[in-house]
Amino acid sequence: MSTRTFGEPVKRNEDRRLLTGQALFIDDIELPGMLHVAFLRSQIAHAKIIRIDVSKALQRRGVVAAYVAGDLGDYWQPGPILVPPPPIAGIVFHERTQVPLAKDKVRHVGEPLVIVIAESRYIAEDALDDIDVELEQLPAVVDLEKGLAGGSALVHDDVGSNVSAHVRQTKGNYAAAAAAADHIIKRRFLYEHGISSPIETRGVVAQWDARANQMTIWDTTQAPVFVRNGLAGMLGLNERQVRVIAPFVGGGFGPKIMMFYPEEVLLPWVSMKLNRPIKWIEDRLEHFFATTHERGQIHDAEIALTKDGRIVGIKDVFLHDGGAYDPYGLTVPINSQCTLLGPYVVPHYDSSFTQVFTNLPTVTPYRGAGRQHGVFVMERLLDFAAHELNIDPAEIRRRNLIPPDAFPYNNEIIYQDFEVLEYDSGNYEPVLDMALEAIGYGTFKDEQTRLRAEGRHLGIGLACYVEGTGIGPYEGAKVQVQSNGKVSVATGIGTQGQGHFTVFAQIAADQLGVAVVDVDVVTGDTDQFYWGAGTFASRGAVVAGNAVNEASKVVRKKALKLASDLFECSEEDLVIEDGKVSIVGVPGKFVKLGDLANHANPMRGAVEPGTEPGLESTQYFGPKMGATANGVHAMIVEMDPRTFDLKILKYVVVHDCGTVINPMILAGQIHGGVAQGIGNAFYEKLVFDDQGQLLNASLADYLLPTALEVPRMELGHTVTTSPLNPMGIKGAGEAGAIPAGPLFAQAIEDALDLKGRGVELLEIPLSPSRLFELTRSARV
Amino acid sequence: MDTDFHEVTLSVNGKQYQRRVESRVLLSDFIRHDLALAGTHVGCEHGVCGACTVLLDGEPVRSCLMLAVQARNHEISTIEGLTTKDGEYHPLQQAMHDHHGLQCGYCTPGILMTMTAFLDETPSPTEDDVREALSGNLCRCTGYQNIVDAVMAAAERMRG
Repeated sequence: MSTRTFGEPVKRNEDRRLLTGQALFIDDIELPGMLHVAFLRSQIAHAKIIRIDVSKALQRRGVVAAYVAGDLGDYWQPGPILVPPPPIAGIVFHERTQVPLAKDKVRHVGEPLVIVIAESRYIAEDALDDIDVELEQLPAVVDLEKGLAGGSALVHDDVGSNVSAHVRQTKGNYAAAAAAADHIIKRRFLYEHGISSPIETRGVVAQWDARANQMTIWDTTQAPVFVRNGLAGMLGLNERQVRVIAPFVGGGFGPKIMMFYPEEVLLPWVSMKLNRPIKWIEDRLEHFFATTHERGQIHDAEIALTKDGRIVGIKDVFLHDGGAYDPYGLTVPINSQCTLLGPYVVPHYDSSFTQVFTNLPTVTPYRGAGRQHGVFVMERLLDFAAHELNIDPAEIRRRNLIPPDAFPYNNEIIYQDFEVLEYDSGNYEPVLDMALEAIGYGTFKDEQTRLRAEGRHLGIGLACYVEGTGIGPYEGAKVQVQSNGKVSVATGIGTQGQGHFTVFAQIAADQLGVAVVDVDVVTGDTDQFYWGAGTFASRGAVVAGNAVNEASKVVRKKALKLASDLFECSEEDLVIEDGKVSIVGVPGKFVKLGDLANHANPMRGAVEPGTEPGLESTQYFGPKMGATANGVHAMIVEMDPRTFDLKILKYVVVHDCGTVINPMILAGQIHGGVAQGIGNAFYEKLVFDDQGQLLNASLADYLLPTALEVPRMELGHTVTTSPLNPMGIKGAGEAGAIPAGPLFAQAIEDALDLKGRGVELLEIPLSPSRLFELTRSARV
Repeated sequence: MDTDFHEVTLSVNGKQYQRRVESRVLLSDFIRHDLALAGTHVGCEHGVCGACTVLLDGEPVRSCLMLAVQARNHEISTIEGLTTKDGEYHPLQQAMHDHHGLQCGYCTPGILMTMTAFLDETPSPTEDDVREALSGNLCRCTGYQNIVDAVMAAAERMRG
């Protein structure tokens, strides 16, 4: 029998090229006659454009062209709305999307004003200094509350306020339920999420081939199919004339799905205009301004409880910083609103948010995509409730978990995929138990007391969460047996390190009885696979994975049918393994898969009507709604009470994402997510002044965690399969990053006895200096 | 500004190269674009992320913080020279594959160059030593744990 690889820690197919420096990343593309681009970007957050003069730049040797907004003619258009607002009654949404080059006004630092094209990047950057720009500075909208106050400057004058959107969603009747509750706890929370900062920045290469009448675009996008369709429309080309390739991409984490970035719109246009290939690679400084962010929310939240700590309801009113434009609709704040409910029974919920336009870079999803903000609010409310009601923090969580017999569990509000927020399956209490066991919850207090006597300050944190994953609409896959017996799998999603070349290969390998290394996976090339949505919302494995499975099953059926005709036997007598189809019990009687593929593509004779040539199938999979994964993280830290230096002594993740395809790759996803969560909670903070200037736009000042900050993690898994797809899987890409904020707040409070000192940690990110400020202002 | 060109001769992975190069060109750009050895990656161009690390006479350096002309007459080693001539992995490449020490793989060349030099100097490192040595290389995907495990495993294998 062939060894089944599904569920095994199969090593990755893609590693060799990456480990030997042979993988093609976007900046590796060199084309004859290629030109290079630099952008002149606004250094002011909010200003009227008075004058831009590029004439001196054009005189510089090696400069080929320079364009401002006015040079684009009809091609200058605001970008499309990428995700329209969901169908929620009473919703307010003002669509204001980004433009290729700023025309009358700039709305954030880094917004492009001029595209300069030269024979080298060095010359293009030199030429930026030759451009004469006159801007009239306007007051910048940076603070969310001030931005909504009367008399504020307006990011978009024609909207009449800085409200980008307003949404209220309710379940039950919070006001009535709260009136009858025993306890109500209110707090104000501030949660900021930072930037994704992949080690490879963004880039675009465009090559217009006039003879072939063909546009090829290499793009670090997570969604090549949508980029192709959109650009074809804008450029006046047929979709078949445009090929978008997302090559190896050096990390994405969300912002690489935004579209259209100005650079994506401009480079193909310039390539057509100049009839030359053209390249732009974002530099690290540009990345801080030109790639989308996640940022802050301010929540005024209250929880109503019975005296034994059961949640009666939650009311939350929050402001969400949307940045200068809102092309991604409401995905981030809707995720916050929905994910706040977590794994708990919340009978009554009243949640409203206002998305605010600010003179800061646009906010779009970054790993977690607003879920962190909601989880922080819920977990902190439960912490304060536990304290006030004198219930253990683990116990108050346990009492409120949705019981296993309550699934599917309907939360009644609308989720980011426009469907009702319904959890498909779950069994939450064992996950909590495993995490408590692994962290040593039962013995920690004694240990803490003992070490405190030695002058050491240890604290513990515990957080539960759910993650909506694997949403629609659909993905597809083409699975094909080649003449040499190897299997080709092509799908439309992009890949940025998630191991798709291996997990999709495992799925196909198991169905077709071939080795994983003999399955060649192609992602992110629109000429290889025409249809698809993209890599986002922890959906690659769930949606594209199931499409690969469906297509592989059809190919398997075709192979068995062909072999049964060939051998004149029943399909039940056949086995497909080791790259061949054999008759059970007759070892010498077999046909290789490659030969069957050739047999199905004959040079002579007729192919019967209704049959297709080759051993190939294209299938699509679209889940009805997202699959809900869940987990618990727990952490023990040691704090230095004078410097607030923090050391993580233990970090536990117990997680349930349904059936696991490859536990090695899953662990890697969790590790990486946790590292980003740790960065978000304690190290990474975007610091803006009141004029919208980012004060720490370098990796020396914006602190990504290193190997010294990220601890060894202990992982545990339970498996509750999803009924929403035949493989029973749920997504896992974002789970690691979601609950670190509340863990840090709890563990630090615990380690430093902050509750006893009248200090509550109501914000993320924290840092040693912020803890110093908070404890000093409390004067304790 | 007048451009200022220099003749540069240097060795990369044991092969001699001679090129005419502008004085301001970074060593990272020179290796990637002039020599077409694109396995060395550029992540930040200000010496923080470590992705562009190469060896200069056996010592790890940030190729984004050096000019190509400064490498004249020196010996450079890059990721492309790490496997044997037959394509056999260096023990650390093998360990990175075995321990899933890479995801997107963009930071990987810099990590391999930094840590192979580290292992040459420190054949029996502790986990803390490895983390300290690795702390100048940023990875946004892996959370470092599997890289640390890979380096420890490679050290053991290299000790024999």
